Amino acid sequence: MSTSQTTADGESILSIRDLNFYYGAFRGLTNVSMDIAKSRVTAFIGPSGCGKSTLLRTFNRMYDLYPGQRAEGQINFHGKNLLDKKQDVNLVRAKIGMVFQKPTPFPMTIYENIAFGVRLYEKLAKSEMDDRVEWALRKAAIWEETKNKLQQSGLSLSGGQQQRLCIARTIAVKPEIVLLDEPTSALDPISTAKIEELINELKNEYTIAIVTHNMQQAARISDFTAFMYLGELIEFGNTDKLFVKPTQKQTEDYITGRFG
Amino acid sequence: MSEATHTVDLHAAQVRKFKLQDMFFHQVTMVFAFIVLAALVGILISLAIEAMPVFREFGPAFLWTNVWNVPEDQYGALSAIYGTVVTSIIALVIAVPVSFGIALFLTETCPAWLRRPLGTAIELLAGVPSIIYGIWGLFVFAPLFAEHVQPYLQELVGDTPIISGWFAGPPIGVGILTAGIVLSLMVIPFVASVMRDVFETVPPQLKESAYGVGCTTWEVVTNIVLPYTRVGVIGGIMLGLGRALGETMAVTFVIGNANRIVGSLFAPGTSIASTLANEFGEADPGLHISSLFALGLVLFIITFIVLAISQWLIKRGIAKQGI
Repeated sequence: MSTSQTTADGESILSIRDLNFYYGAFRGLTNVSMDIAKSRVTAFIGPSGCGKSTLLRTFNRMYDLYPGQRAEGQINFHGKNLLDKKQDVNLVRAKIGMVFQKPTPFPMTIYENIAFGVRLYEKLAKSEMDDRVEWALRKAAIWEETKNKLQQSGLSLSGGQQQRLCIARTIAVKPEIVLLDEPTSALDPISTAKIEELINELKNEYTIAIVTHNMQQAARISDFTAFMYLGELIEFGNTDKLFVKPTQKQTEDYITGRFG
Repeated sequence: MSEATHTVDLHAAQVRKFKLQDMFFHQVTMVFAFIVLAALVGILISLAIEAMPVFREFGPAFLWTNVWNVPEDQYGALSAIYGTVVTSIIALVIAVPVSFGIALFLTETCPAWLRRPLGTAIELLAGVPSIIYGIWGLFVFAPLFAEHVQPYLQELVGDTPIISGWFAGPPIGVGILTAGIVLSLMVIPFVASVMRDVFETVPPQLKESAYGVGCTTWEVVTNIVLPYTRVGVIGGIMLGLGRALGETMAVTFVIGNANRIVGSLFAPGTSIASTLANEFGEADPGLHISSLFALGLVLFIITFIVLAISQWLIKRGIAKQGI
């Protein structure tokens, strides 16, 4: 079984080595090693409970919030191991942003939703902040819909708009990596198409890691795909190759719909 | 007669029976609900009737007259209102930040193994009878306070204008400040457990998103958790205020029971509830009894106003959030 394959082309931004993850005594990830390519889209697929979200949540140490969860191994980011206890988690999370399955606008205005994260790490004048908010909303393709109601609550938007607001909020901080944890599973097809388009646009400037249950989505938007099963990385490689000519029997079974 | 019509008849009978049951159930529950309303209105009316002679004698000036002279039958509610309001404010000023800290610790930073025991302890604290707080306040807290805290406080504020006036006078232990502090202890468990409950309603994903842009716990709490739970937090504080306003036994023990207004918080005072508790037993019929009823009415109205304000705050909070 080939548990690890480094990406063939391009520079790697995250390199994961022998990563094990534990929920208390339960082992959620087993010896995962892989490289996430810079400025590319990497998709994680696999049946529910296979550890793909868990893996994503190790990249920004989100699991730290919950007692009893711990990770062992290495996730190297700019030459430093993110899992190192000395690593400042808030800084990591500003550099590695995350968007969740359900839209989670903050209980404040649309403008503040964007400005809030920026203000944590940058001191901007009012006009600069205005520019940054507009920039982020434009990037997330939601400027046209929100420009006249920036002072309204973020909760007043529709689900799809809220999710794009969350993406805008994430990129406003100018992270290097954007983690997307099933960002479209709570959205209708039209909103989903918009988000996918957006991911395509964003990948030139950001490294994107996306967990998805939708294999067509992974095939459509990603450059690399990782198939996980029962906490192990089964196969990882070029999306085209993985979907057309998987090397592992389990991968083939999953993508042809024989299980999962 | 066919069998079909027979079943239809049966059916209709059944439906009638259900209808009757439903109606009966509806009426009975309504009666129960109306009992509460009737009790409330009844209390209000009887208080008003009993208080009538006082208002006829002194007019509305009863509310803002600072006199309570039983031998000469001169009564005014101001000193009791003052004591009630000031002790409650002191209680809230202390209890709200402490409760906030407790709720925060319990929901955000407490290690999992400590969460349950600590939460239970706070709930138990809410169940301690108020007379226990009173006894403890009078025999344990007040002497310690007089000996170790009051002189130190006076030294600390020195000659600062205005503030030094609050802490002037002999450090005798019992008084307005002591009552406020004991009240705060009684209010903390209520406010803290309401705050904890509402903090727990914040969706974990919302908090994770805030952590996800690089927030510290403090930033998450002030910017996400508090705005999200504002309505519940206000409700919790008002619940505490309601309890502080009406608390009787504990306050009676430690407030000093002097019907006068002194600028210093060290001075003994009185509250509406403690005046009632102290004087009802030996009050003579006539103006004295009537003025005690009038005090009760005033307390009732103050509590009502507090409730109304909290409702208004909550409604405004909801409107502002735009949901």
